[in-house]
Amino acid sequence: MSLAGRLSPLNRRRLENFRRNRRGFWSLWIFLALFAVSLVSEVIANDRPLLVRYEGQLRVPFLVAYPETAFGGDFETEADYRDPFVRNAIEEKGWIVWPLIPFGHGSVDKDLGVPFPAPPSRTHWLGTDDQGRDVVARLLYGFRISVLFGLTLTLVSSVVGVVVGALQGYFGGWVDLSVQRFLEVWGGMPVLYLLIILSAFIQPSFWWLLALLLLFSWMALVDVVRAEFLRARNFDYVRAARALGAGDASIMFRHVLPNAMVATLSMMPFILSGSMVQLSSLDFLGFGLPPGSPSLGEMITQGKNNLQAPWLGVSAFVVIAAMLSLLVFVGEAVRDAFDPRKTFR
Amino acid sequence: MAPPLLEVNDLSVTFDLGGGRRATAVDRVSFSLGRGETLALVGESGSGKSVSALSVLQLLPYPLAAHPPGGSIRFDGEELLGAGEARMRQVRGNRVAMVFQEPMTSLNPLHTIERQVGEALVIHKRLSPAAARARIVELLGLVGMGAQAERRLGAYPHQLSGGQRQRVMIAMALANEPDLLIADEPTTAVDVTIQAQLLELLSGLQKRLGMAMLFITHDLGVVRRIASRVAVMQSGRIVESGPVAEVFSNPSHDYTRHLLSAEPKGRPAPRDPAAPVVLEARDLRVWFPVKAGVLRRTVSHVKAVDGVDLSLREGHTLGVVGESGSGKTTLGMALLRLEGSRGEIRFSGRDVQALRGRALRPLRREMQVVFQDPFGSLSPRLSVGEIVAEGLRIHGLGADAAARDATVVEALREVRLDPQTRHRYPHEFSGGQRQRIAIARALVLKPRLVVLDEPTSALDMSVQAQIVDLLRELQARHRLSYVFISHDLKVVRALADEVMVLKDGRVVERGPASAVFDAPREPYTRALMAAAFELAAIGGGAVRE
Repeated sequence: MSLAGRLSPLNRRRLENFRRNRRGFWSLWIFLALFAVSLVSEVIANDRPLLVRYEGQLRVPFLVAYPETAFGGDFETEADYRDPFVRNAIEEKGWIVWPLIPFGHGSVDKDLGVPFPAPPSRTHWLGTDDQGRDVVARLLYGFRISVLFGLTLTLVSSVVGVVVGALQGYFGGWVDLSVQRFLEVWGGMPVLYLLIILSAFIQPSFWWLLALLLLFSWMALVDVVRAEFLRARNFDYVRAARALGAGDASIMFRHVLPNAMVATLSMMPFILSGSMVQLSSLDFLGFGLPPGSPSLGEMITQGKNNLQAPWLGVSAFVVIAAMLSLLVFVGEAVRDAFDPRKTFR
Repeated sequence: MAPPLLEVNDLSVTFDLGGGRRATAVDRVSFSLGRGETLALVGESGSGKSVSALSVLQLLPYPLAAHPPGGSIRFDGEELLGAGEARMRQVRGNRVAMVFQEPMTSLNPLHTIERQVGEALVIHKRLSPAAARARIVELLGLVGMGAQAERRLGAYPHQLSGGQRQRVMIAMALANEPDLLIADEPTTAVDVTIQAQLLELLSGLQKRLGMAMLFITHDLGVVRRIASRVAVMQSGRIVESGPVAEVFSNPSHDYTRHLLSAEPKGRPAPRDPAAPVVLEARDLRVWFPVKAGVLRRTVSHVKAVDGVDLSLREGHTLGVVGESGSGKTTLGMALLRLEGSRGEIRFSGRDVQALRGRALRPLRREMQVVFQDPFGSLSPRLSVGEIVAEGLRIHGLGADAAARDATVVEALREVRLDPQTRHRYPHEFSGGQRQRIAIARALVLKPRLVVLDEPTSALDMSVQAQIVDLLRELQARHRLSYVFISHDLKVVRALADEVMVLKDGRVVERGPASAVFDAPREPYTRALMAAAFELAAIGGGAVRE
């Protein structure tokens, strides 16, 4: 059965409305394509070859770590394929297939004859940063980590936000009142300072940062979901479900929540872009991901510190701006899709 | 003969559905209206009555709506179709005024009555505040709010009752002494007693001021009471028109005959007087606390239900009647244990008042409810099949999905719905079909008691009759007991064996239906009857304003 066949007419209309917002529709596809490309960054930008043929054997160094001794070297450590010695040793008895960009996000190009940051050239399309790492590779990995971080944070904070908002709106009364007061206090905290202080105690990693940001980002959806639940809990269909003997959880998640999802879904792209901005700004300040990780925020810091090397700042800016614009366009299209009064002419 | 005040010829209205498709809502409609005359436009929902009326004032959502060429609307000799917005503003509220159906939403909640009524005066007559104030008091007097007019000037819409709000709406419409008043179902949202008062007011005002009136309604009783001529609409066309007496006594079109025969008829079949008692309540009270002060102490109570006794035998129907606010619905919810209450409730001889939480669940299977609004009572995100199967799922009935599906199919068949439709969503159904779905949802559990909370009042007249027939048939087949809550006495008479009249949460009269209907003892009951069956208002303070 086709997709359109399984959708209710209402959802079909929404899909249609989404498609009619050409800008948002194309933005979604471009964003998905970029994300898909970045998911396979290892195949596109890597300092380990995709395929090596050595003494008649095929090896896949980008998946499996081979010691240098496997290629006739002296050390038990993993082979450094960028080392001219290893490269020559392999090419004598076979061949190497390199990825499109033969640098990883952390590999330093020591062969370059110019001081870092090196300007764009044929080997480094967008130049290198101030530690000699390829900018394109770092952007690719940085984009991926931003999107993955943003998606995870959005998903987790939406789940928490929806559950809290649902409980609040459904039970009302003192549950509603106390959570509401807590939200006001919690929302009044200076988030950035707290994160800076907290990151002084712990070595931030991807998951630590996620947890820290989650402490404050779950509040975005609470109000919307709470309002929807407050509205819906006195509807006749909820009373009918109660008359059937349905329990609270069943009523909340089977009857009310699907009707509150419209507001949630149309806010999600904006929460996603917000999460990415948060990560980038922490990285920019140096309180984000551990040093050395590819990150768009860190790239901007480098651009700020190396104004003589405009390719750093400009490329990071273009990537962040494009990413956020695409998401905002998608968000607009989603909002259109759920707008019952929207008419196109 | 003088030329008619309003002459509509071959008026059509189409709506853009998107994607180049257009729907025709009104199809070459013609009617005319002389000065001082009342024409009723009658038809069921969706027949194009309101759209026709709104096009007279050019108030449709243009350009989404459009009038195909060939039609004309002449008001006092002037063509209104396609007239400029500036010209229309001079006509609207000045020479042609309108009263809408829903008095709560058609008044601005943030404006006082004075400002609300004065707006038309300021816009069209440019009266000074003092002159406008005098005129507003006069107008409020005209619509029967004279005694409190001065005090009411500063009131906001939420401080007024439904009937008073509608009176304010009428005062607004009358502010500039229009030649034509368009009333779009002005009495549908109010109680029968208020309806009777409003109809009396409107026809009195019309005679006094010599206005013409275009009256839109789906209620044939109202037409008989107020209009001199009637035009019957069906799917965007006028199928029959003429003087009321002639059309009603000698209808020429099938659809008119269908409408005329659609009023709920018949009487309940005689019951077994010795059937076991299913439901019993003694001294049932639902008091809502009124809290005040910093410590939120309870200072008094709103007594929604105040000491009601009742008992209902198997297979019998208890009709609960009263105006809105009399506690009917609260009583129903309290009996179902959906609203907290005090007093004794016994179901099949068992005290159910003390049951809590899970202990209550088995009971839920045996007592079910059908709500008034068929649009609000079905979850919009579940398919019809899921909605009906919900109860089976909760109570773990039916061996597996296939068995449950078979039960759902049977229930849908029983309420005369095509079982194939169970994969569709509620919004694809009409009001009457939705109400059938709600009945199927209640019946699928094979309950013994069903509380019917105004199940017919949101439906068109002919659909009401079908639902009443269906309910009666299901009752006979399954020996169901009904608590039938309604303000519509016609429907109650067609179904109830026993009637209980509620006023302010107390029972003022009760007895076998025939006795109460034929010889009401209380003045309150008599006023209700007069309003319902003769559309006449009985004064004497028996019925609240």
